[in-house]
Amino acid sequence: MGSRTQEVSEKTDKKNFSGIAMATRDAYGEALAELGKTNDDIVVLDADLSGSTKTRKFSQLFPKRFFNIGISEQDMAGTAGGLSLTGKIPFASTFAIFETGRAWEQIRQTVCYSNLNVKLVATHGGLTVGEDGASHQSLEDLALMRVLPNMTVIVPADGFETKQVIDTVAEYKGPVYVRLGRSKVPPVMPADYIFKIGKAHVFNAGTDVTLIANGIMVSAALEARDILKDKGIDAGVINMSTIKPLDTEALLEAASKTRLIVTAEEHSIIGGLGGAVAEFLSENHPVKVMRIGVRDSFGCSGKPSELLKFFGLTSDDIVKIVVNSL
Amino acid sequence: MAELIKSSDIGFLKEQARKIRIAILKMLTEAGSGHTGGSLSSADVVAALYFYKMKHMPDEPKWELRDRFILSKGHAAPLLYAALALTGYFDVSLLNTLRKFNSPLQGHPSSKLLQGVEVSTGSLGQGLSISNGMALGLKLSNSNSRVYCLLGDGEIQEGQVWEAAMTASHYSLDNVCAIVDLNDLQIDGRCSDVMKIDPVAKKWAAFGWHVFEIDGHKMEEIVEALDSAERIKIKPSVILAKTIKGKGVSIFENKVEYHGITPTAEELKIALKELGEDGQ
Repeated sequence: MGSRTQEVSEKTDKKNFSGIAMATRDAYGEALAELGKTNDDIVVLDADLSGSTKTRKFSQLFPKRFFNIGISEQDMAGTAGGLSLTGKIPFASTFAIFETGRAWEQIRQTVCYSNLNVKLVATHGGLTVGEDGASHQSLEDLALMRVLPNMTVIVPADGFETKQVIDTVAEYKGPVYVRLGRSKVPPVMPADYIFKIGKAHVFNAGTDVTLIANGIMVSAALEARDILKDKGIDAGVINMSTIKPLDTEALLEAASKTRLIVTAEEHSIIGGLGGAVAEFLSENHPVKVMRIGVRDSFGCSGKPSELLKFFGLTSDDIVKIVVNSL
Repeated sequence: MAELIKSSDIGFLKEQARKIRIAILKMLTEAGSGHTGGSLSSADVVAALYFYKMKHMPDEPKWELRDRFILSKGHAAPLLYAALALTGYFDVSLLNTLRKFNSPLQGHPSSKLLQGVEVSTGSLGQGLSISNGMALGLKLSNSNSRVYCLLGDGEIQEGQVWEAAMTASHYSLDNVCAIVDLNDLQIDGRCSDVMKIDPVAKKWAAFGWHVFEIDGHKMEEIVEALDSAERIKIKPSVILAKTIKGKGVSIFENKVEYHGITPTAEELKIALKELGEDGQ
């Protein structure tokens, strides 16, 4: 990664993961274990993937408050709902595609319709699952969760942000979906960053184009910004980690300052961040929106870096789309 | 609000079941749509739960020590509404608003709109998982409250029911009591024709449950099973209640077509007469 990463990593803080390169799922596992120490109401459910989702640490520290439901995601969603009805704060984890796809109707009927205080924290979102291939690469989860009434949808960009997201959603009342990744990501959020649900982080405002990204694509957007600068193009960058509710204020500001918006996400271009941004701006401040993401297809096996390149999710792809669209 | 009278007296409970049936028929006729058969078939079990077995306080629906009732077969909403109204959760006159715009009495139960409904249901197969979650939470909080979950027999064709059946057994949820309303009818016909569920008792036993098989219309057997289930430790209990769909009104009994249609004004008259409610 570029010079920006080194800039941030000079100020590392091991306790809150700022400035540290790590997988967001690892930050989740640590954050959950910490939360368990201070809040007895936190309970955790997993569907036979606790080693991968990183809920295992919590399970070892607090075995009475950990429930492995086995390979049954639908039952897990319902059981989490029941636990919330007795005042517990359930975190239910498995891979993103199973969490949201297999159990979608349970999440709709049981969790969202009754507005239950359930935290669905899924790992292995997107292409960077890598070698496991298309069956395990969730490119639809954000669309599936975003469409549900009462649901809040969050995609943190790095370990530091993940830790804050987990702490925040534990306090928030209501259904939340948090999407995390398998692979290590560089730190991107500044050391003084404070996460708030529905509040985007503006790294910098641009005058030509605004790059709106979340998850792993935030670091790609920041790299693209630096490359564009050399080409004489002034790009702003926003981390829209909460997809729902959208930070509409930040969007209106960006749309009024730059004539092009480019969204970037590790998800289908249909229904996720790009969809949400396009929907809002077309109604409220029409401006050209281009979307970086997977273009209506399944993934495949390969190294994460190979896949990101093949499916057009690199900083170079962002640069290209900006140059071609301005 | 008048104090809720509860009793194990069989005559008393039969009378409550009769009143529940009358309320169901009246509200469904007024609504003009809804599920008649499956509401009537479970009326005796629900009368025993609300007027005898369950600890609950109608004027304090969120009372922490209450037992929980989850209507997994959410289409029997009129049955739940009748039990809630007759035990004093809300005024009986509200039953006339069933399924109407702006009514808290939705076509299927909504916990956000109506006090006494623990969780919204209506999509089949989900209630037992919710019940298990409640049971786990109650155990964590050292509560003695129990969770009762009413399922339909067609409903157990849903795979999630068996996921939940494993979970309850794996976590030794002896505070869960499932009740399956075995009326042998589902929308498209007899369960045995649509999708065979037999042998039901063997299935639940194989999943690690203590099984009670009763006549779901014999109040003595219902009371006895509910009492016995409470004494079963380590295992969850299931009461397989053999019932007649549409029970209590001869013109509706065992008729598959009365799953999802309501009585006409004329049929209501006949029905009420049979239930000893003349001149209504």
